[in-house]
Amino acid sequence: MSHTITDETIDYAAILAKLELSDAEREQAKQDMGRMLDYIDRLNELDTSGVEPMSHVFPVRNVFREDEVTNGDGSADTLKNAPEEKDSMFVVPRTFD
Amino acid sequence: MELLALSAVELGTAIKEGKTTAVEAMQAVLDKIEQTEELYHCYVTVDRDGALGRAKEVQKKIEAGELTGPLAGVPVAVKDNLCTEGILTTCASRILENFVPTFSAEAVLNLERAGAVLIGKTNMDEFAMGSTTETSAYGVTRNPRNPKHVPGGSSGGSAAAVAAGECFFALGSDTGGSIRQPASFCGVVGMKPTYGTVSRYGLVAYGSSLDQIGPLCRTVEDCAVILETISSHDKKDSTSVARSDTDFTSALVKDVTGMRIGIPRDYFGEGLNPEVKAAVLKAAALLEKNGAVVEEFDLSLVDYAVPAYYTIASAEASSNLERFDGIKYGFRAKAEGLHQMYKKTRSQGFGPEVKRRILLGSFVLSSGYYDAYYLKALRVKAMIKKAFDDAFADYDCILCPAAPTTAPELGKSLLDPVKMYLGDIYTISVNLAGLPAVCVPCGEDGRGLPIGLQLIGDCFQEKKLIQAAYTYEQLSVSGS
Repeated sequence: MSHTITDETIDYAAILAKLELSDAEREQAKQDMGRMLDYIDRLNELDTSGVEPMSHVFPVRNVFREDEVTNGDGSADTLKNAPEEKDSMFVVPRTFD
Repeated sequence: MELLALSAVELGTAIKEGKTTAVEAMQAVLDKIEQTEELYHCYVTVDRDGALGRAKEVQKKIEAGELTGPLAGVPVAVKDNLCTEGILTTCASRILENFVPTFSAEAVLNLERAGAVLIGKTNMDEFAMGSTTETSAYGVTRNPRNPKHVPGGSSGGSAAAVAAGECFFALGSDTGGSIRQPASFCGVVGMKPTYGTVSRYGLVAYGSSLDQIGPLCRTVEDCAVILETISSHDKKDSTSVARSDTDFTSALVKDVTGMRIGIPRDYFGEGLNPEVKAAVLKAAALLEKNGAVVEEFDLSLVDYAVPAYYTIASAEASSNLERFDGIKYGFRAKAEGLHQMYKKTRSQGFGPEVKRRILLGSFVLSSGYYDAYYLKALRVKAMIKKAFDDAFADYDCILCPAAPTTAPELGKSLLDPVKMYLGDIYTISVNLAGLPAVCVPCGEDGRGLPIGLQLIGDCFQEKKLIQAAYTYEQLSVSGS
């Protein structure tokens, strides 16, 4: 099966990925994703019924620890890389009108 | 004494014996960088002044008897996706062009505690997405064995720095072969440990269930020493495994008598360069001649590893890279309103390969496609793991190439992504199954480009790999 990626599909993926694509980028992305999905479709040749999805190779469980503070006040450090900050807070663009 | 010809362990010994100092070693590396870095471009950041200052401090501690380990005073290069306190960490991306971490990765701290001295940060594919180091936002790295060719990737800067003598050893990260493939292309030793052996704390995440940090170096002895140093159980990484068997140097034994080595028939078919095939089979024959039991077997599912990997890695990448939004660190684009700012920051900050993967990852995780793509890939992953379990019931290790070809020429790979992804066919399933694997040089092609031999072990069986790789290295040096 060959995938044809529509404008709607690529625009939806771009919204999820928070990306703004130029017209040229969008055409390229449609082609690239189509080719990748054609390739990924090979997985359908395998019968995976009855196989549990494996998210982790070891039988890991949640790792619990006591809720104890081990670090000091890191707020000054945390803000060192802020693109914009004011009064120990991150400044962000307007979020509502 | 020609310092740059020494291995990391040899240099550490020379410093301990007072034949040279950490400062002289660092100066030698910085001089070499001065000469060759303009051509090779192994580094994004060379921290010249800081490196010499740190070397002086370490030398004092060595003389005071406070630092006595094998890596004390040895200069190290670190891949630019490992956080280093006070030193720019870009992931070779524009979106982190100004990011200076306020903490260091646990693996880096482990090296510093052992007295290794940081030189700077090595170039890589942007966010480790790529197989050639050509997707870096800061220019390509050239292969020191032939500058017209790529060094491989994504840890291409680390492998090239080792090959060029611009460091004594380096750290890389391996999500789908990103340590072993550049090691193969540059003719150095590289190892990806069992998932969970080295803490991922401070490693900028790409595919969290696949990422592991490991060494790139000149000898198998260096590899064992470095791995022993950086392995640790870390509460800050919830997938870190508490191991009591990390005395990897105990496996530096020249003996493969009775060792059972499997050669997967399905790794030696179509697409494998004949010169690579011949060199790898010659290495197998040498091990067999010296007592190993070498057999061919069918691993199966080989053709499904690459599509399963790119589904899972892209999905995890799309989630992990959500954090780069221009709010707390890194580049921020100017825009009216929060959502416009997110989109513009990410669109201007990420390069084409990163965008390609996060678009694919967002799609395969989206409602309506999650089961068909993402869960399907996780089921195939379980089948691939089972195929390896079956193989390791019969064999101590699996022997195969690290890559189907030697290093391609610069500029030839990025035009056809699917073809480039297929170059990862021998490395990628190791990450899906969480296994350890090592790459050691095993010859060169007719153009003088290095060929790498890959040995894959069962989970937690690094020692078998180190013993086999060490034996091969010693045998090939002596020509027997």
